[in-house]
Formats: sequence, C-alpha cells, structure tokens
Amino acid sequence: MPNLVKMTIDGAEVNVQAGATVAAAILITRSGFRRSVQGELRGPVCGMGICFECRATVDGQPQLRTCQRLCENGMVVNTDE
Amino acid sequence: MNKRMDLDCDVLVVGAGPAGIAACVAAAESGARVILIDDNPLPGGQIWRAAIGDPANPKSQNNEAASWLRRLQASGATQFLSTRVVARLGAKLVLAENESSSIEIAFRHAILATGARELLLPFPGWTLPNVFAPGGLQALVKSGLPVQGKRVVIAGTGPLLLAVAAFLKSKGARIEGIYDQAAWRQIIPFAITLIKRPALLVSALAYRASLLTSPLRYGWWPVSATGEDAVRSVTLTNGKRTKTIACDMFACGFHLIPNTELQSAFGCRLVDGNALVDELQRTSVNEAFSVGESAGVGGLDLALVEGQIAGFTAAGKDSNARPLFRKRRALRKISAAMDRTFEPRPELRNLVQEDTIVCRCEDVPWVSLRRYHSMRHARIYTRCGMGPCQGRVCGAALNFLTGWETGATRPPIYPVRLSTLIREPQISPKEKP
Repeated sequence: MPNLVKMTIDGAEVNVQAGATVAAAILITRSGFRRSVQGELRGPVCGMGICFECRATVDGQPQLRTCQRLCENGMVVNTDE
Repeated sequence: MNKRMDLDCDVLVVGAGPAGIAACVAAAESGARVILIDDNPLPGGQIWRAAIGDPANPKSQNNEAASWLRRLQASGATQFLSTRVVARLGAKLVLAENESSSIEIAFRHAILATGARELLLPFPGWTLPNVFAPGGLQALVKSGLPVQGKRVVIAGTGPLLLAVAAFLKSKGARIEGIYDQAAWRQIIPFAITLIKRPALLVSALAYRASLLTSPLRYGWWPVSATGEDAVRSVTLTNGKRTKTIACDMFACGFHLIPNTELQSAFGCRLVDGNALVDELQRTSVNEAFSVGESAGVGGLDLALVEGQIAGFTAAGKDSNARPLFRKRRALRKISAAMDRTFEPRPELRNLVQEDTIVCRCEDVPWVSLRRYHSMRHARIYTRCGMGPCQGRVCGAALNFLTGWETGATRPPIYPVRLSTLIREPQISPKEKP
C-alpha cells in the first residue's frame, strides 16, 4: 500500500500518493489550472518548470510551479483566484 | 522570512541530471569542494526521474542511474535541491533562491548542466488543457498522474515519442497512435547509424514491440486540436490526407532544444542555440563550462562523458578528462544524425492561424506578431515573451516560425521573490565564516 498524503485542493480534500507533485494532484481533480490573461483555461504542459502554465497558490504562496513541488500533508492549494 | 546564506566552493554545478551528476562526481572525487544545485526536488534530471510507486526497475539504464546516484551521495558534494540560480552577480558569484533562502555562491569554476526542454510549436488548440509535451506528460505520470484507460495521441518528432508511448502504455493508457513528422526516408538512414549503437536500436525495437496494437506513422504531423475545456480530438495530416482522432490527452513535442538562459546570463557564446565549448567543455567565458544537452542535444551517454570531462578539468585533473575525448567524438556523430533526422519540416510553419496564441503567458496571437521583424520589436509592442516563462516557449517557436533570434536573457533568469533581490550588494566573493 502506498503512503497517502492528505491535502486540500480548491476547498476539496484529496488523498494522493506520497511523492506525487502538486501538479499531478491537481490534474487528478481538474484539467484546467488557471485562466490566461484573456480568460482561456490552461493546464500544465512541460512538466519540468519551463512553461509556467501549472502555476497555483500553495499554502498562501502565489505563482508556484506546481510541477516542481511535492505534495505534503495538510497542504492547501488554490488554482485560479 | 527569507534566510540569507553565503557559500563558497571550488566547483559549482548547476543541474543535477546525468551531465551535472557526472561533473559533480568527477570533481568531488578529484578532491574539489563542490556545490550542486537543481530546481527539482530530487536529483536525476528528466531522464532519471523516478516513477513513484514503481518497484526497483531491473533495466540496465536504471542500474546505471542508481549507480551514479550512489556515487553522487558518496561524493561529499553539497546538494541544494528545489533551488534555482536566478542571476550571475559577478565573474565568480551567482545568486540562487529556494523556498526559504536567498543564497549567494562564490566559486572558482561553474559547470552549467542545464539540460534541454521540448520544442513546442503552435497550432490551433495547442493551448487547451490536456495538450502536453510528451516528456512533460511522462514526467507528470511519473509524479503521480494516473492514465489508466486514457486515450492518448502522441505526435511531433524525435526518439522520445516512442519511449513516452511505451511508458504510458505500461501505465494503462490506450495509445491511439504515434505520429512522427519525420519521413521514412529520414528514419531509415538514422536507424542504420544506430547499428553502431545496438543498445539504442534494441530499446527502440522493444518500445515498438510493446506498442504493436497502436499505429506508428512517419511523415504525419498535427494540424489542430479541438475541445471546450480540454482537448477532445486532434487532426493530423501527411500532406495528402487528414484524419481526426478522439482522445483524452494529446502529447505533442518537436524534439529537444537546449536550455541556455544561464549560459546567456554568464555571457557565454552560443552557436546555433548551443553553448559553444572547447575540447575540455569550457565555454567562451573563462570560469564556466557547459555540459550535456546545453552544449548540444546528444542524449544520456554523451551527457555523462561531457560531465566527467568538465568535472575533472574544473578540479585540475584534465589528464583524466583527455582519455574520454574519443568516446565523446563517437557519441556526437549520433547526435548530429539525430538533429538531421528530426529537424521540423517547413510545413509546420503553416499551422499557426491568425488567432492562434503564440505567446502563452501574455496571450499574443500570431496576427499581432507577424508584422514585426525581430523578437525585440515584437516584445516591445506586444509583450510577447515578457510573461513568467520569459520567452522560453514562444522564443523557440518564433525562432522556428520567423528566424528571429531570441536575444540574451535578462537577469533574473527566473521570476524571483523581491526578498531574494533586496540584500546588501555583494560584488566580491567572500570567505566562508
């Protein structure tokens, strides 16, 4: 049994495998992460910190690239504000 | 809230993929004090990214990875992970930041092993959620994204497509097709050059064998992707016929381009997008080396050799580096063949429509860009390339579409916290307290 990490994504509690990135955890709940400057829905693309499309607010810190951040117990993630 | 750290070392290695790890191990085992920095939470880079929940994999490449990672841990090098170099402050001084700290690092030699990214080319629908770069999708799946039962179409070009398809299939995805824009007449000579590297040929054939139920086509490329809130189907063409395939995910990327923003910030000379290096992997800037993909995309084995050459040299043991030159020469031949084979075809310049977004950060459509004559003009008048990715995606796309040079990267080379920048100016290297 893999270890699970409990976190909150856009107000909903989710359990993900320990070692998962926040981007993967968000993608389990939704495909679109943020709205572009013209309001288009966008999701992660490059998976390696280059494209910045996976930005979200993690524990109050805005604009983090969630593909390079590991999930932690109790983490609170908000996608588009 | 920002802690301040001041460090110094003999050799600073930026990038903990195979090239950086090899450089770090070679330098540290030669007695140098080494600091290794990488922006990912774990060392290994993209190619040695471990999949969570996987039992130890018996494949030889992973044994190779495990052995290098063990040597890295035993080498005594100081590792800063989830940490990013954001600016060069002086000839032998850089500024880095991580979640909690702003870090100044003084060094004698810097080895830049910044890797490569996938070339993404704009087509209608490329901005839809669930359209990924192939390696990007693989990284997300390795990091916990389930793809069981998902219908995936893979397109673009390069050896990565087959590898990613085989990986996704092993995770339960339904591969609806693999479409490489390279024509058979390019693929066959490339396969022949691989006869000298049977391991690569064998792994390509093994990937293909695991995908026998999925169509693999050469000379096909994407035209558009459609969907409302996420991709639902993609349309592909071979120039004569088109076909539309329903899917849940579309992975599309056009081989690799080197990450040279840091080299550019160091003032290193770039040629054809690669950091120019001499036989010891030294760049045009005295104290800086460039190794692995950043000095020319060439794959894992070349990265390991180049990393060691730079690591030995930076530690003053270039006599250990020289015996590796012959191996490097042979490996570079393969990478040249790869560049020729997977060069994007001119038809791909015609995919963008007037309203196709080119700069994803600032939502700049093609119609606003094509009247300009340089990246600089486009940037000034449209904000193209001025968003958080700083032109990493659209700069390369526009270089292909228009021939525009991206120009030097301005510091900081990544968006940075103000508290990292606001500190006493520090120009000369300092001693460790």
